[in-house]
Amino acid sequence: MARKRKRSINWAPYLFLVVPLALFLMWVIGPMLYSFYLSLTDWNGVSSPHFIGFKNYVQLFDDPVFYTALLNNVKWLVSFVTVPVVAGLALAMILNRNIPGARVIKSAVYSPYILATVVVGLIFGWMYHPDGGLFSGILQAIGLGRLHVGWLSDPGLVTWCIIAAAIWRQVGYVMTLYLAGLQNVDPTLIDASRVDGASNWQAFRHVILPLLSPITIVVLVISVIDSLRSFDLIFVMTRGGPGNASTVLANFMYIEAFNNYRMGYGAAIAVILFLITAVFIFIYLTRTLSTELEY
Amino acid sequence: MTAKRTISLSRVILYAVVYLFTALWLVPIATALITSVRTNSDIVSRGFLAIPNALSLQSYAEAWQRGGLAHYLPNSFIITIPSLIATLFLSSLSAYALSRFRFPGDRIILFIYVAGMMLPFQILLLPVFRLTDALHIYNTYWAVIVFHTAFQLGFCTFVLRNYMRTIPGELLEAARMDGCGEFRIYSQIMMPLTLPAVAAVATLEFTWIFNDFLWALILIQNNALKPVTTGLASLQGQYRMDWTVIISGSLLAALPTVIVFLLLQRYFVAGLTLGATKG
Repeated sequence: MARKRKRSINWAPYLFLVVPLALFLMWVIGPMLYSFYLSLTDWNGVSSPHFIGFKNYVQLFDDPVFYTALLNNVKWLVSFVTVPVVAGLALAMILNRNIPGARVIKSAVYSPYILATVVVGLIFGWMYHPDGGLFSGILQAIGLGRLHVGWLSDPGLVTWCIIAAAIWRQVGYVMTLYLAGLQNVDPTLIDASRVDGASNWQAFRHVILPLLSPITIVVLVISVIDSLRSFDLIFVMTRGGPGNASTVLANFMYIEAFNNYRMGYGAAIAVILFLITAVFIFIYLTRTLSTELEY
Repeated sequence: MTAKRTISLSRVILYAVVYLFTALWLVPIATALITSVRTNSDIVSRGFLAIPNALSLQSYAEAWQRGGLAHYLPNSFIITIPSLIATLFLSSLSAYALSRFRFPGDRIILFIYVAGMMLPFQILLLPVFRLTDALHIYNTYWAVIVFHTAFQLGFCTFVLRNYMRTIPGELLEAARMDGCGEFRIYSQIMMPLTLPAVAAVATLEFTWIFNDFLWALILIQNNALKPVTTGLASLQGQYRMDWTVIISGSLLAALPTVIVFLLLQRYFVAGLTLGATKG
């Protein structure tokens, strides 16, 4: 504070910011706000939008597909904050010790993350294929061929099958974040707990896990946001079908807006999806920026 | 002695489980590789687990030529490279401003970038679609290039700003005393010191932009301009009955990101963790 100099406004930071910030406002923040407006219109993509108040929302809350999509979003969300988080943490704990071949294992586990979701969707779509796909082949090989499971055509199974593909892509990412988090855990604390007679599990439960809690919060928020962004896999594997059994809000929005040309209605779905996500963005921001913005 | 033996035995079991898990983890990739060198009729008639009676690279050739990968893949680069360069340059400018100056509005600007990077894409789809149409860039490379450049500013600015703040201010202050202009301090002192973070972000952003599906789906209808991701979706429709071509095409589509990953793995991982572990 002693270094505070008397000076008129320093324009330098504004000059650095003007172009990038203008672009971001124009293509991200502005469009976000505009979606709120569109959700109150009957826009069909061709004629100009007319203001119709909350009609789209009234209709949406009466639409059974909306509830199917919402329930599937919950399945995605719950799966994402459990399976990849537990598996990623377990792998990070194991690989953080000097297991032979740790480097190769790490690469193998997060290699799916570099694949485009479209590629993952096509590979899994093929593995689930009822004729010639890997899983049907395995069922046949172990004498259960009679079951002839149509993995992606079974309304009860389809969402879980797609989530499995998404988890395959996600685990390595979570593992990487936890491995980075473990770098910051002071090994002497663990040694100290050992001296006090703590078992492996006790050391993990009472020393390591609390120390990892900042990274755990980040992992959970990222997992929630990623789960709500899921679109590509569903688009490529089922287009939301059979019927609407595997649709989520993101796909429901796309279909209404771009296939049925009900863009105002699509915008209303997007706003609902935004409001759900906003809760988690807010948690992340208050956590991250409250520490990040200390000068 | 016995205690030691049980420990090593439990270790051996643990290792075995981890190795088995890793092998199972790679099954989808192995499935794809095996499928790509088999013939469709062989798989359909005899099942996936049968020993193939013939191997061929025919489906790669099919996907490349008639499947259109030969023009979808270059399109991906035409979109990715300019977006990547533009977003890195522009975000380094805003990161510099947000890391080195204290000014009215700095917090809210950072808040805008970070909140924006986490938005669900659906809230942006329709307005961006409309905006590209109004600017007459809908259905051109420019539509996706401009959008990626703008959207990725959020993540890049956040990560680069965090990194720049770890660079000691004395270095910059000395240059400032010597009468260096701000832009020269940025370009000749700050940027060289920020290169490790730029490399990390660039590696990650390359795969993200290259792998984008949704924006290409919304903004590019013209088959001749599609990048490889939406191109693959077209290929899927074209070869509905021949999965060997679809899978070979997928593997070809994945090749550039796999190469980048293998060469720059260290930066890729650094990018992931820089984005998440700060704060």
